[in-house]
Amino acid sequence: MIGFISYLVNGISLGSVYAIIALGYTMVYGIAKMLNFAHGDVIMIGAFVVFSTVSGAGLPPVVGVLISVVACTLLGMAIERIAYKPLRKASKLAVLITAIGVSYFLQNVALLIYGANTKSFTSVVSIEPITLADGAMVISGETIVTVIACIIIMIGLMTFMKYSKAGRAMLAVSEDSGAAQLMGVNVNSTIAMTFAIGSALAAIAGVLLCSSYPSLTPYTGSMPGIKAFVAAVFGGIGSIPGAFIGGILLGVIEILGKAYISSQLADAIVFAVLIIVLLVKPTGLLGKQIQEKV
Amino acid sequence: MALLEVKNLGISFGGLRAVDDFNLTIEQGELYGLIGPNGAGKTTIFNLLTGVYKPTDGYIMLDGENITGKKTTEINRHGIARTFQNIRLFSELSVLDNVKVGLHNHYPYSALTGILRLPKYFRVEKEMNEKAMELLKVFGLDKEADYKASNLPYGQQRKLEIARALATGPKLLLLDEPAAGMNPNETQELMKTIRFVRDEFHMTILLIEHDMKLVSGICERLTVLNFGQVLTEGETTAVLHDPKVIAAYLGE
Repeated sequence: MIGFISYLVNGISLGSVYAIIALGYTMVYGIAKMLNFAHGDVIMIGAFVVFSTVSGAGLPPVVGVLISVVACTLLGMAIERIAYKPLRKASKLAVLITAIGVSYFLQNVALLIYGANTKSFTSVVSIEPITLADGAMVISGETIVTVIACIIIMIGLMTFMKYSKAGRAMLAVSEDSGAAQLMGVNVNSTIAMTFAIGSALAAIAGVLLCSSYPSLTPYTGSMPGIKAFVAAVFGGIGSIPGAFIGGILLGVIEILGKAYISSQLADAIVFAVLIIVLLVKPTGLLGKQIQEKV
Repeated sequence: MALLEVKNLGISFGGLRAVDDFNLTIEQGELYGLIGPNGAGKTTIFNLLTGVYKPTDGYIMLDGENITGKKTTEINRHGIARTFQNIRLFSELSVLDNVKVGLHNHYPYSALTGILRLPKYFRVEKEMNEKAMELLKVFGLDKEADYKASNLPYGQQRKLEIARALATGPKLLLLDEPAAGMNPNETQELMKTIRFVRDEFHMTILLIEHDMKLVSGICERLTVLNFGQVLTEGETTAVLHDPKVIAAYLGE
């Protein structure tokens, strides 16, 4: 029983990271109507920035994380401005392929700068682990920070979207960008802001991920990125609570699958879950059924 | 000086000349109608005026400023707002939020202020709420402020679209077939609303309409469009009795 609970806690912790990444996917999809497959690699860049500033330059972790958030925000906006904005009127396929191109570009830039060797990432969390049930169960500081960060981000984002001017503009653009434009909303800057927020979250996700799983290579972001995309689809892409629920569920399924079924098959299980969900409910758990009016 | 002055406006889509040599002058405070058979190019002219399409020829002056070829967002800031032939509200947002999207440019605060919830955020949002509620009250929609826009009945959705357009603070309001899909009673009420908007907000209104009862009831002057060109223009009664206009609508 204790074993199950600690697996569950680990799952929620991993799921929280997926959820934070999935929020970036789902916001960009909801507002710019595109899949930003480079999102996972922004996570990796975020982690490398912390690696350079904290392990390399010896800055305090908090400062390193802040620098990373700022760097990724700027990176996300730059990617949008340079790679995606010129394609605003191009076909979806062109945008998708460009996104994959940006993903490889970021990986190779990291490869050039840092090389292919695995770096060991020093955790930025310095909270003592909590020991429960006479030492049978230990909850690490990273887990606590990850879960709390995820909940704060989630609540913050939802209130931002619902109760602020910029959030309302995002919702308006996501529903009907043409009408939003005619009401005076600047669609380009709204989309840029979406990328900025998504990428800032990616930086946080990168730091949290590498604090829990402390190995860092230029390919670190790619698998979590894809799984977070699965989580976003699982929860219903475009929906913020959907990304949260999808992320947590996926993390729990992955860890429980690893623990009880097979550690090699864990990833296969994750993707099998996606296939089943899409077969049963193509719009995802919280996705909206689009009703065609006739 | 006229509020809106359009000279020699034209646009081609490939080889198709959708609008050709279109001229229009609207004075401040006028209620002006743009009519014409289906496919005459009326909505295309609205799209040109709001910057959705860029004209190939001619120019558009609003209140003495040349707005030809500007972006839709900029044109809205210069003072043109519109509604749509098929309602395009933000149907997932609340009635109040729809109007608040319209207020977007008049209550500036940065996204960071919104994320960090600085005191300015609360102050500005409160002002926006008050202003939006004021507008909704004018249209009798204040009790429905928290409804999802898509849950409003059709007639009220039309009103909300007008309220949202007015929230952007326009000098010129464009209404694209406001009476489409309305029954005679709703149309009567709509005519009252349009007149009220003109008098209460000192608004200049240009509308496209097929409902001749509405057109002859409220428009002071008309321009008739046929095959992308001006057929005639002038006082409403004179225009509606013009044999050319009757021929265009009914055939020779």
